[in-house]
Amino acid sequence: MDFGQLFTNVLNEMTGPTAIAYALAAIGLNIHFGLTGLINMGQAGFMLLGAYGFAVSTIAGAPLWLAFLVAVGAAVLFALLLGIPTLKLRGDYLAIVTIAAAEIVRMVGRSTALTELTGGAEGLTGNSFKSTFQDASPFPDDRWALGPITLATNASNSWWLRIVGWVLVALACLLVWRLVRSPWGRVLRGIREDEDAVRALGKNVYSYKLQALVLGGVFGALGGVVFVLASSVQADSLGRPVTFNTWTILLLGGAATVLGPVLGSLLFWAALVFVRGFLRGAVPTEVLSVQQVEQIGWVLVGLTLVLLIVFRPQGILGDKKELAINAR
Amino acid sequence: MPAEDVVTRARRDLHQVPRTPGAPKPDALLVADGVRRSFGGVNAVDVEHLEVQRHVITALIGPNGAGKTTFFNLMTGFDKPDTGTWVFDGTPLAGVPASRVAKSGMVRTFQLTKALARMTVLENMRLGAREQPGENLFTALVKPLWAPREREVTEKAMALLERFKLDTKKDDFAGSLSGGQRKLLEMARALMSDPALVMLDEPMAGVNPALTQSLLGHITDLRDSGTTVLFVEHDMHMVRHISDWVVVMAQGQVVAEGPPGEVMADQAVIDAYLGAHHDTDLGDDALLTEGGTIDAEAEAEADAEETKA
Ligand SMILES: Nc1ncnc2c1ncn2[C@@H]1O[C@H](COP(=O)(O)OP(=O)(O)O)[C@@H](O)[C@H]1O
Ligand SMILES: [Mg+2]
Repeated sequence: MDFGQLFTNVLNEMTGPTAIAYALAAIGLNIHFGLTGLINMGQAGFMLLGAYGFAVSTIAGAPLWLAFLVAVGAAVLFALLLGIPTLKLRGDYLAIVTIAAAEIVRMVGRSTALTELTGGAEGLTGNSFKSTFQDASPFPDDRWALGPITLATNASNSWWLRIVGWVLVALACLLVWRLVRSPWGRVLRGIREDEDAVRALGKNVYSYKLQALVLGGVFGALGGVVFVLASSVQADSLGRPVTFNTWTILLLGGAATVLGPVLGSLLFWAALVFVRGFLRGAVPTEVLSVQQVEQIGWVLVGLTLVLLIVFRPQGILGDKKELAINAR
Repeated sequence: MPAEDVVTRARRDLHQVPRTPGAPKPDALLVADGVRRSFGGVNAVDVEHLEVQRHVITALIGPNGAGKTTFFNLMTGFDKPDTGTWVFDGTPLAGVPASRVAKSGMVRTFQLTKALARMTVLENMRLGAREQPGENLFTALVKPLWAPREREVTEKAMALLERFKLDTKKDDFAGSLSGGQRKLLEMARALMSDPALVMLDEPMAGVNPALTQSLLGHITDLRDSGTTVLFVEHDMHMVRHISDWVVVMAQGQVVAEGPPGEVMADQAVIDAYLGAHHDTDLGDDALLTEGGTIDAEAEAEADAEETKA
């Protein structure tokens, strides 16, 4: 087996647009769950709306900044739409409504009625909406090698996309770091612990929960944009499994920590690519077909995560002492 | 006018108040009218009229299930009445959400303590403060805009924690405190906003007897520094010890009110309690046996704390 190639693949995936997209989505989910205690089971819906917002507006002729703004605006509207009726109710309602709403976004996106706009189940090909982003790159069109990784400078899964993506992740972490240590973050943590207590102290809990839902959803949308800039917009590629993976990443890295979501995403994708690559190299194809290897990869990753959650429920960066305390 | 004089006058004024349920007070801070709340046909609260005098300690007593907690919930916006209006410090509060009620100066604690477990004691306290610009999402991003206020808030929190002997625990998670300490923390947290009226729901329940004396001291200190106190308590001994006025509820209604000595001799009150405490004479210390069990539990808890440490 070529371990050099395997590690190159792992490194490539860890730093790639998928890991970036999931890191952003998990940062958003961390604001929902880790900070505020909101259970959003539809983060993929926010990602998909961000992706549609960006792609559809670009195809309609919007400049790059406006397309980003549309993606963010779509997530804000979606969050308000879901939050306003449910955040006054008990927590479970939000979970149910978000999972349903994300499915609705996916179904509507792939429905034939909207083929003109969203491309239906076929989706929107990358080339139809990537040009404004790629044109904004300061690099000449070329292929550059950095260490073992060689990529196009601008096209699709490019250095340009990785740089912008990681800058976005860094900015998001900085923002969360600032907010977690502010009185605003303190109110959110109070709500996570016991919202009635916070209400009794004169804080408008509803408004804070809405703010958290919107902010976390915006990071989801940005993740969605990065996700599709590397490939294409396809409703089914941002479905329920994406939400579950995002949850896994968050719990793996450590909820309520600043860097947990990022670390979680790096490890998640590294582990998945490593397991697949290793099996492909070590087990002959007569025993396991390529498709079976794919699936076993997921199974093994899932198993590892179960073990992790059993033996280290606070995640890698979480505080064991904090988790040991009963929430009530 | 110094606070002491205000208190003395408020207490003197109470002498003239008739000892009848719903009696008008010379200087009422909270006035409730026709407040009714039923749960599936049972009238949990059915208060015709009730006034709470400013600057004194009013105790709300009554057997279990009398509707005391529900009445607190209604007044503070945590529950909605079927009918009724109430005015706090001149402001009608019916239909006002809980957070706005608290902002208007009426702050409550809970019978089942709500310490924010996975936050430190100091963070719990800071959360009780008002006018922290950093609680706005955008201001929060610029630390210089809220850091000065945060210093004031922290100073005040530390002063209160010292008063409640929790200052050495400031960096501990609130969830690691004993039940009694959590009660203290919740009370201290409520005081961060300098409320005009604090409503304490069974503040002594589960508190280590070594602490009860100082807790009583805190409550009278509160009154003496100008805060009006309305509290629910089971322990008659304590009620008699610190309250200036006692309101008795039974089956949702106010059945008697007056100074502690007189109320406990009242036949209606004895009747109200008969359901809960057979053969008890509220006039003497028989009911202290109940306090006794609470104290025993608290002691057991305190012991457990010590063994752990
Ligand atoms: N959420 C609720 N649902 C149904 N019944 C309730 C609820 N809250 C209180 N009650 C009932 O209302 C009555 C008053 O309860 P409560 O206010 O807790 O009494 P207290 O605090 O005086 O012991 C009781 O009969 C209780 O069972
Ligand atoms: Mg009660």
